[in-house]
Amino acid sequence: MAFLKTVYTIWYRDLLRFLRDRTRIFSSLGQPLLFLVVFGNGLAPAVAAGMGGVDFRTFLFPGILSMAVLFTAVFSAVSIVWDREFGFLKEVLVAPVSRAAVALGKVAGGSTTALIQGLLIMILAPLVGVRFSVPQILTLIVMMILVAATMTSFGILIAARMRSMEGFHMMMNFLLMPMFFVSGAFFPLRNVPLWMEWLARVDPVTYGVDAMRQTALRGMIPEPILKALILHPLEVNLIALIAFWMLFLIPAVWLFSKTE
Amino acid sequence: MNAIEAERLTRRFGDFVAVREVSFTVREGELFAFLGPNGAGKTTTINMLCTLLRPTSGTARVGGHDIVKEPHEVRRRIGLVFQDPSLDDRLTAWQNLQFHARLYDVPRRAFEERAKRLLELVDLLDHAHQEVRTFSGGMKRRLELARGLLHQPRVLFLDEPTLGLDPQTRRHIWDYIMRLRDTEGTTVFFTTHYMDEAERADRIAIIDHGRIIALDTPDNLKAMIGGDVILMQTTDDARAAERLREALALEPRLTEEGLLIEAARGDQLIPRLLGVLQNGLEPPLTVHRISLRRPSLEDVFIKLTGRAIREEEASPLDMMRLRHRLWSRR
Repeated sequence: MAFLKTVYTIWYRDLLRFLRDRTRIFSSLGQPLLFLVVFGNGLAPAVAAGMGGVDFRTFLFPGILSMAVLFTAVFSAVSIVWDREFGFLKEVLVAPVSRAAVALGKVAGGSTTALIQGLLIMILAPLVGVRFSVPQILTLIVMMILVAATMTSFGILIAARMRSMEGFHMMMNFLLMPMFFVSGAFFPLRNVPLWMEWLARVDPVTYGVDAMRQTALRGMIPEPILKALILHPLEVNLIALIAFWMLFLIPAVWLFSKTE
Repeated sequence: MNAIEAERLTRRFGDFVAVREVSFTVREGELFAFLGPNGAGKTTTINMLCTLLRPTSGTARVGGHDIVKEPHEVRRRIGLVFQDPSLDDRLTAWQNLQFHARLYDVPRRAFEERAKRLLELVDLLDHAHQEVRTFSGGMKRRLELARGLLHQPRVLFLDEPTLGLDPQTRRHIWDYIMRLRDTEGTTVFFTTHYMDEAERADRIAIIDHGRIIALDTPDNLKAMIGGDVILMQTTDDARAAERLREALALEPRLTEEGLLIEAARGDQLIPRLLGVLQNGLEPPLTVHRISLRRPSLEDVFIKLTGRAIREEEASPLDMMRLRHRLWSRR
């Protein structure tokens, strides 16, 4: 019981901070929107030939959705480094609570804020001619939660021992941007060099993007074309995401518990 | 029962021994000060007592529980105010207290009542729903004091509670600390390098280079100095010291402020001092200034260590902290 209360307390603080910070909510909507409108419209004519008749903006939308979830999730984990630098972490570390519960609360908090961000992006779907049915929305929510939880855990794993913001930003540039770029969010992972194919295979984001793309586009475009655009069946994506999540979560919780 | 019992508490950082076999007890309800210059081991000791740092050897019992074997039980029973603010400044004062209450499992109804009373005691009730980042340094410290007592700890630890605050705010913070202590009856353990703050304590442990070099009530500590302290400035303090040693068998000490002499009856000694300094010396010495006062803790510290606390230069770590504090205040 005390364990769950701690998880809840940490989660609630993250949510409270997020909701109090309206500018952050709206400014973080700006970037995905920019990508969607500028990239989408700029590249659409150029890549039309290779898309098998699918509008590039429609193709791009699930990628942008996962981008919003991905970055919000990872950057919510930054708050651990932030809290350490500004002293608040001490208040948590000296409290008579389980450190594992604190870490799990952080995962829950980061996932929730990322999910909210993703839902806000979904409102933009009609802009690029994408419409969702209720089952599609529900499946997308599940996928967003999974991607968010996986990537928050990943962020905490990195932040657990990080002492400075600079260090965290560097790690993010060297890991997060490549992870995002090779995931297939911007282009179909077909006829790409072998090394990129392999990188994509060990990149958790790939599975999230693939799952969201097939969920979003199924029914909108002919099945054979969809088959050519996607990499794995939905179940494979699901299992892969859960596996990655555990791979990050367990060491993240463990490392955080050992903090002195 | 004692609130704190430390037994040969030791902490090393590599080759450096920050705290060396420190033993002391703090009685229930006592206001206990750890006085020493920067880098003496005060914060290291407090961090060990608060279970934030494991001792290299030795142990302590806080609130009846062992800090090494039962850190969780200790944490339940202590409140803490750190050197640096540890509030979430994006949340309101009330939300910060609420967060704390949940972590410490304070029942909701008890929380509301206690939070109100504590905020009132530190004069922040009117600012309860304001974001903490709009608070001044003194207001933040007051809020932390209130938060530290929210879960009714047996022992409240204050690590340099007035560091970085201006003199007027410092005095106010102490008024609040005394007020809180009187109404809550909590044992308070604090560290400081300010003499006037240590003076308020029931008992003081003077710590230097990781060791306790004296432990007693402020009055008893001052009684170590035999009576009065005479301070004088002459044209040549070194020669004056030499003369006083020879002529009156005194042991004057050269300090930055001038020549320091302890005496049982200072009022009677001064005329004799002037006599031997102004007569029979070639070239003659001029006494510029002479003063007589009751001994202070500063005098005790000088007697024990041979140097003044405030002469200590700030350590690189303190400089970093200060810079950080200035930076984060912007």
